[in-house]
Amino acid sequence: MVEQEGFRRYVAHIILWIGIAIVAFPVYIAIVASTQDNALIANGQMSLLPGGHFFEVYYQTIFVGTSGSTREPVANMMLNSLIMALLIAVGKIAISIISAYAIVYFRFPFRMAIFWIIFITLMLPVEVRIYPTYKIVADLHMLDSYAGLALPLIASATATLLFRQFFMTVPDELLEASRIDGAGPLRFFWDTLLPLSRTNMAALFVILFILGWNQYLWPLLITTRDDMQTIQVGIRKMITTTDALTEWPIVMATAVLAMLPPVFVVLAMQKLFVRGLVETEK
Amino acid sequence: MANVTLRNVRKTYTGGFEAIKGVNVEVGDGQFCVLVGPSGCGKSTLLRMVAGLETITSGEIDIGGRIVNQVEPADRDIAMVFQNYALYPHMSVFNNMAYGLRNRGMKEAEVKSRVEEAARVLELAPMLERKPRQLSGGQRQRVAMGRAIVRQPKVFLFDEPLSNLDAKLRIAMRVEIRKLQRRLNTTSIYVTHDQLEAMTLADVLVVMNGGQVEQVGNPLAIYEKPATTFVASFIGAPPMNLMSARADEIKSQLGNAGDAGILGIRPEDFVITDQTPSGGVALPLAVEAIERVGAETFVYGSRAQDAQRVAATPGELPPGDIIVRIPGTEAPAIGARIRVAAVRSKLHLFSGDGRKRIEV
Repeated sequence: MVEQEGFRRYVAHIILWIGIAIVAFPVYIAIVASTQDNALIANGQMSLLPGGHFFEVYYQTIFVGTSGSTREPVANMMLNSLIMALLIAVGKIAISIISAYAIVYFRFPFRMAIFWIIFITLMLPVEVRIYPTYKIVADLHMLDSYAGLALPLIASATATLLFRQFFMTVPDELLEASRIDGAGPLRFFWDTLLPLSRTNMAALFVILFILGWNQYLWPLLITTRDDMQTIQVGIRKMITTTDALTEWPIVMATAVLAMLPPVFVVLAMQKLFVRGLVETEK
Repeated sequence: MANVTLRNVRKTYTGGFEAIKGVNVEVGDGQFCVLVGPSGCGKSTLLRMVAGLETITSGEIDIGGRIVNQVEPADRDIAMVFQNYALYPHMSVFNNMAYGLRNRGMKEAEVKSRVEEAARVLELAPMLERKPRQLSGGQRQRVAMGRAIVRQPKVFLFDEPLSNLDAKLRIAMRVEIRKLQRRLNTTSIYVTHDQLEAMTLADVLVVMNGGQVEQVGNPLAIYEKPATTFVASFIGAPPMNLMSARADEIKSQLGNAGDAGILGIRPEDFVITDQTPSGGVALPLAVEAIERVGAETFVYGSRAQDAQRVAATPGELPPGDIIVRIPGTEAPAIGARIRVAAVRSKLHLFSGDGRKRIEV
């Protein structure tokens, strides 16, 4: 990048700082609000400085829940969300890497037809096929279960396409060398293709975990029991109260807690994630 | 230790394209066979058919007395070195070499001793724990060789293994490959488009063109008696000068030339002289360019009269142009008119279509 002198550089920095402030301010407000007294917030007298109720608010949020309609501890909601997000991320990667392997490396009848069928499902996200999907899940008695939460979101055209593109860049000679070295299709997949896909898998995991974690519509539809609620649905339920004040500090604390796992996943896998996007080890 | 015999081997792709049009080659036990030809001549396809990476449309491939047409690559007892090395990028040098052995269920102690022996021979011992990307091109090449030799196969197959290296390293590795092959005495088939590599490495040279074998034999025998104009101009650099033997000027000098249509003379067989050797051929030339490379000099001249084209060949000169190779650095000036001559025994005569050598 060209090094810029004096004034212009300050302008650039100021613009960047404004950008950061715009993005960060709501997060700051959420954190601050989660440490204050509900009565103050309800009166519209919320301070922009952190209050003194941090421990009691977070204790109540995590282990007890709101005192109103849904008395579900957020720890349980987080566990549900975590299980669902992990199932979706791991399941999607496992299914799509296998289907991509089949499409790229095997010559079977209707190979291209199958590829296009997978491709077309890109145009049918859950929102579009929500009624039939609900019907199937209900008929299979998977309402209010982790399988019901995760399975319909696992089959994934995007991840299959990504792995297909990656496999097509792997030189054919590697497969041929493996064949001469006495490695069959499974060994080649396990010993060569999987290790080479590591960075791609990490990048996908980050994206898919966040996608799974942020699911709202599907869990809202198929979970009826409070103890199967995910955190995204839980936040929404906390806000709408019919006969009492919304307990804003608890809502905000829940929002802050909901942000943490994705942040943690991104931080933990950042290095692999960036490598997966920019370079391939060949 | 094995003979490799190809009997009337053909390969036709599903589109109908005939890549290999009936090849017969016999490689003796411990011999080094080089397949050479221009790109697209089918040499790599033929090698991959021996390896089992391409199917055989018809004919037989016999390795050590066993027809291997339907045998999987891993069970043919061959090892292959690829042009881009095809090392497993995520495995250390040691594991790259050990992989094929472990897949065959060899005991770890035996694997270790074989890999270490190969590493010693190839001077790879200090880098056994490194990954391929941490190695230079020449070192990767040696790892690829190591992966082949630890297996102690019946046949080594090389697919242009040196073409990704720079010129100096290529010569060094060429010598190394030859020494290694001599010591292990393993039958080898080597594909290259570089005629110099082919000449220096081969016990048996197979010159291919358009899916067919043009000539098989000892490299020097091929150099001295090329069977077709294609071989004549492909083997030897700079290429053999080819001219129409029917032009008046040449016809009168040749005398009895049978039904020869094309006359070939190697650049190094010309001398600059005013005399005409008896039975030989002398040509007046106008010097157009000079290339000095130190030990020798190439003189590019054009003949005034003849501009008749002869059968198309790779490295073909424009009609009427002649290359003369003379020792040292002393050369005629550009624009000078000279006379070059070649003695009778250095003349090569071919039929008019270039497909047949004619001995007179």
